[in-house]
Amino acid sequence: MLKAVILIGGPQKGTRFRPLSFEVPKPLFPVAGVPMLQHHIEACSKVPNLKEILLIGFYQPNEALSRFLVTAQQEFKVAIRYLQEFSALGTGGGIYHFRDQILSGGPQAFFVMNADVCSEFPLLQMLEFQKQHENTHSYIMLGTTANRTQSLNYGCIVANTETQEVLHYVEKPSTFVSDIINCGIYLFAPTIFQHIAEVFQRNQQDIQLEENSSWQRTEVIRLEQDVFTALAGKCHLYVYKTDGFWSQIKSAGSAIYASRLYLSQYHTTHPERLAQTKVGGPTILGNVYIHPTAKVDSSAVLGPNVSVGMGVTIGAGVRVRESIILHGAILQDHSCVLNSIVGWDSTIGRWARVEGTPSDPNPNDPYAKIDSETLFREGKLTPSITILGCNVSIPAEVVILNSIVLPHKELSRSFKNQIIL
Amino acid sequence: MKALILVGGFGTRLRPLTLSVPKPLVDFCNKPILLHQVEALVKAGVKHVILAVSYMSDMLEKEMKEQEKRLGIRISMSHEKEPLGTAGPLALAKDFLTENSEPFFVLNSDVICDFPFEEMVHFHRHQGQEGTIVVTKVEEPSKYGVVMYEAETGKIQRFVEKPQVFVSNKINSGLYIFCPSILDRIQLRPTSIEKEIFPAMAQEGKLFAMELQGFWMDIGQPKDFLTGMCLYLQSVRQKHPEWLHTGPGFVGNVLVDPTAKIGENCCIGPNVTIGPGVTVEDGVRIKRCTIMKGSRIRSHSWLESSIVGWSSAVGQWVRMENVAVLGEDVIVNDELYLNGANVLPHKCIAESVPEPRIIM
Repeated sequence: MLKAVILIGGPQKGTRFRPLSFEVPKPLFPVAGVPMLQHHIEACSKVPNLKEILLIGFYQPNEALSRFLVTAQQEFKVAIRYLQEFSALGTGGGIYHFRDQILSGGPQAFFVMNADVCSEFPLLQMLEFQKQHENTHSYIMLGTTANRTQSLNYGCIVANTETQEVLHYVEKPSTFVSDIINCGIYLFAPTIFQHIAEVFQRNQQDIQLEENSSWQRTEVIRLEQDVFTALAGKCHLYVYKTDGFWSQIKSAGSAIYASRLYLSQYHTTHPERLAQTKVGGPTILGNVYIHPTAKVDSSAVLGPNVSVGMGVTIGAGVRVRESIILHGAILQDHSCVLNSIVGWDSTIGRWARVEGTPSDPNPNDPYAKIDSETLFREGKLTPSITILGCNVSIPAEVVILNSIVLPHKELSRSFKNQIIL
Repeated sequence: MKALILVGGFGTRLRPLTLSVPKPLVDFCNKPILLHQVEALVKAGVKHVILAVSYMSDMLEKEMKEQEKRLGIRISMSHEKEPLGTAGPLALAKDFLTENSEPFFVLNSDVICDFPFEEMVHFHRHQGQEGTIVVTKVEEPSKYGVVMYEAETGKIQRFVEKPQVFVSNKINSGLYIFCPSILDRIQLRPTSIEKEIFPAMAQEGKLFAMELQGFWMDIGQPKDFLTGMCLYLQSVRQKHPEWLHTGPGFVGNVLVDPTAKIGENCCIGPNVTIGPGVTVEDGVRIKRCTIMKGSRIRSHSWLESSIVGWSSAVGQWVRMENVAVLGEDVIVNDELYLNGANVLPHKCIAESVPEPRIIM
């Protein structure tokens, strides 16, 4: 029997995802038309004998999350439970705290995944890889190739080229170590908890030695820095390298990029989710998801990489490209939306233009990843995608360029390169 | 009667339009700028128009040959070999201007207004002095040279260049009528009529000011070209409302050449001029723009305060604003944003221009 744990974080995390994370927990933000987490759950549901999925995080129980759990359990026929941490315990602390829950029923192994990654989730391949090593006490981490510069922003893995054993692990090094990076997706055997327990005990001893260390809780454990660094070179930790797509989803801009990756995957996994140009329907260019309840005028042109949510209305002569339109939004006639996220129930007036600047990885570098850009550089807002928060109203004929509009704003003119509070 | 039109210069301020045609031939409200002036002169009884020109005069000469026939008047060209300022061209054209002793008009080619040529003749004859200049009221006199004159007679006392404190709100409008005796004051060398000739005439009490009624605009640069268009269309509304296009989808003063095609669900106006052979596709919004001959605006685009030069093509869902000017035969690809872009002729634009700049 197998299980899976998805680390969903909590409300203090995901600030780079504001203002969208004000309305919905970031793991439930729709990517390619479905909640970010659902892609993980779908991948788990395809693993034979995977009996339970545990979500660990520190969100207060909330309606959106509960509703998602109910529908996902029905749809994917797998038990899903949410386990709430009393405070942020880190990537290792959470699973250690809930180790009894994870081990109940006696799984031979369990997956651990970060919620804010977008991936092909080669879970079956990871299981197969573990079998090849015929060592039930081996732990597998998913790795992928990055370019040298960007590797510094990730956990870097040095592995034996034949056995793929991890010889060295370092989180976000300041100089180049390896171009194999940690994807935040692991396959553990139950014995992993022994190694986490060692860290826990060491933390406790440290706290007794240091008087002023009350800020550091003994239970806060980071898988990456505390556990993997120690395990490297000890014949337990292996990397399974994938050439499949993978990206972090840190900023809102990366949600548009992740949508593109998943939409493209739908050709094999969910062709029914991809809209087609039909007689009397809108023109579809490239990969587009349209929720069945959305109303789209036949003269609109959508795509590539567009996701249209529930109950959205798209008027005559509207153009949407590289964007996510969240549920209930209204795009009035002749408006043009490019590289933007349009928040729930927002309205865009006739002939208005809502445009952002994409932060896509360099298309000429197969190993390039998306940069989780900082909002400001040298005191200036860096051009990024345009984000309209929930219930924002954009008047007719204006242009909103490279701007972030916080929820419930009614704008009365054009804005460029601004955060509108 | 005769008139001398100071065409001069390269029209650099009206680039990129003047890279394709000399400034007097740039279309203003579907008619070359120069023809607005020439036709008004003909109406006032002028039989001989002299153009003081310096560049691209072949094109101008060819066009004027046709107009000569059409209007039944004589049009002469007076070629400057070197720039002669605003007064020098009078000396150069002396032979034409002294063919008889009648007064003659002189005008700057950049000016658009309700040309008051007949009133000028009356005023000038009534004063019986050497010269009359037409003055117009402006809101910000500190940007111009203002004219101070006796309110009752119009006799000019002095000129004040860019006054820092308010002295008058009347400026020289660039329209004059002179007796041939003025030519005795001007030598054949670069001379400024405003700075060198007028002050002397004023001192002798021989220069009078006549106030212009109605609108006036120096349309020598794109921003003012558009403002001038708005003023001109408003005066058309008063004098010839039947010239303006009305109907569903048209707002305010809009001039559309009968050969232009306008699609469905458009909203055009206020203050738009659409030239001959232009195609505007469906769902286009245009306000405060000039679209010149042979251009195409593709569906769902939005244009404000912009000039689309001859035979250009603007793609779908393009947004142009803030005095964007396309030269002749420019192509703007779909979905781009042009903010104050100045695009030279024969360019293809494939990227947005989010801040005003020149596209070479």
